Amino acid sequence: MSKDQFEYVLRAGDDALILGQQLGLLTGHGPVIEEDIALTNIGLDQIGQARAWLSLAGRLEHAASSELTLRDEDALTFLRDAPEFCNCLLVERPNGDFGDTIARQFLYDNYAVLWLEAMTASSNDEMAGIAAKSVKEARYHLQHSSRWVLRLGDGTTESHSRMQASLGRMWPYVNELFDVDELTTRAASEGWGVDPSKLRSAWDAGVNAVLAEATLSRPDDDFSMRGGRTGSHTEAFGFMLAEMQFLQRAYPDCNW
Amino acid sequence: MGAGAEDTAALEAQLFAYLENIPDPEIPVLNIVEMGIVRGVVVSPQSVLVTITPTYMGCPAMDFIAEDVVRVVSGAPDFNGRTVEVKLVYSPAWTTDWLSQDARNRLEEYGISPPDRSVRGPKRCPHCHAPDTKLVSEFGSTACKAHYRCLSCDEPFEHFKCL
Repeated sequence: MSKDQFEYVLRAGDDALILGQQLGLLTGHGPVIEEDIALTNIGLDQIGQARAWLSLAGRLEHAASSELTLRDEDALTFLRDAPEFCNCLLVERPNGDFGDTIARQFLYDNYAVLWLEAMTASSNDEMAGIAAKSVKEARYHLQHSSRWVLRLGDGTTESHSRMQASLGRMWPYVNELFDVDELTTRAASEGWGVDPSKLRSAWDAGVNAVLAEATLSRPDDDFSMRGGRTGSHTEAFGFMLAEMQFLQRAYPDCNW
Repeated sequence: MGAGAEDTAALEAQLFAYLENIPDPEIPVLNIVEMGIVRGVVVSPQSVLVTITPTYMGCPAMDFIAEDVVRVVSGAPDFNGRTVEVKLVYSPAWTTDWLSQDARNRLEEYGISPPDRSVRGPKRCPHCHAPDTKLVSEFGSTACKAHYRCLSCDEPFEHFKCL
């Protein structure tokens, strides 16, 4: 069970970590100072959540097979290669223009709030505790990204068309969030995890309401990209990882 | 060295009092005990365990706070060379409800609008006490604050968000 729990918690940690890294890349590049601070603050929350999940993942892995060296949050972050990461593809989409950053955040935040809320009922106390703490932050992120979707969608002709285009670019990565596999099935049936497919209708309702108010149309293209959960990542991922891991790879265990 | 239950309880209370000397690194007008960051102090004959919880998950001040805790605890009289462990916990999740009225008053005097569940956003400008304020940014200089401006005196100020 610990090995299952390790892999499951690793997914949550990788989602938070990769989104946090992407948002961190915007430091000093936000369109206005307030938004620069907002995006990097959200990124900081994501990194904080990632630390909690990854630290737990390392302990669960160690509990499952004690002959393995304990991997802490840093080892899991800096010393794994791309195929070992199991984040959803949505969070690794490049920051693109501001509309892409907001569309990615909005679609993810809607999922994160629901997933974390469900995880507060986990039979594993540590998972439930991290989820209860994280969901408070995720709700605030959702409020922020929803306001931007409204502002841009129901803004000027230019902002509307660009927000719509960004939504279309991120849409193929939505279905993967709700994919069920053997791991999520065992996690849900054993009571410590969540069946992601059960979150879909609430996600649809939340997203549809904001899109309607923002005068945006919901993309009807059902084409889906998948593979993140099993380590198949998009082209942009390796470049991002190279930047994220360079220092620890070049100077192992460096400190300052 | 007597290590009876009475001595242990007395030392725990004493250590709590010492920890009240550690200011929050970002909000120095409050200390880490009244912020609700220190969750517990447990003394045994050989060791001291201090549990702390972050206000926000990514709060970068936690590492500094943990260092301060080790420094203060190990420097306390009657500490007698015990080992100190600082443990980070996430549950129960930190909430602004743990801030006392006194702490809220001092926050306002310091220029930060305190959290208040009875209103959405700040109750009043911490400088001139006028009620009309405007949100500038949902995110401020630290994760726990948002940025506002007073519509009466025009001064910008930070608001400690309800969490």
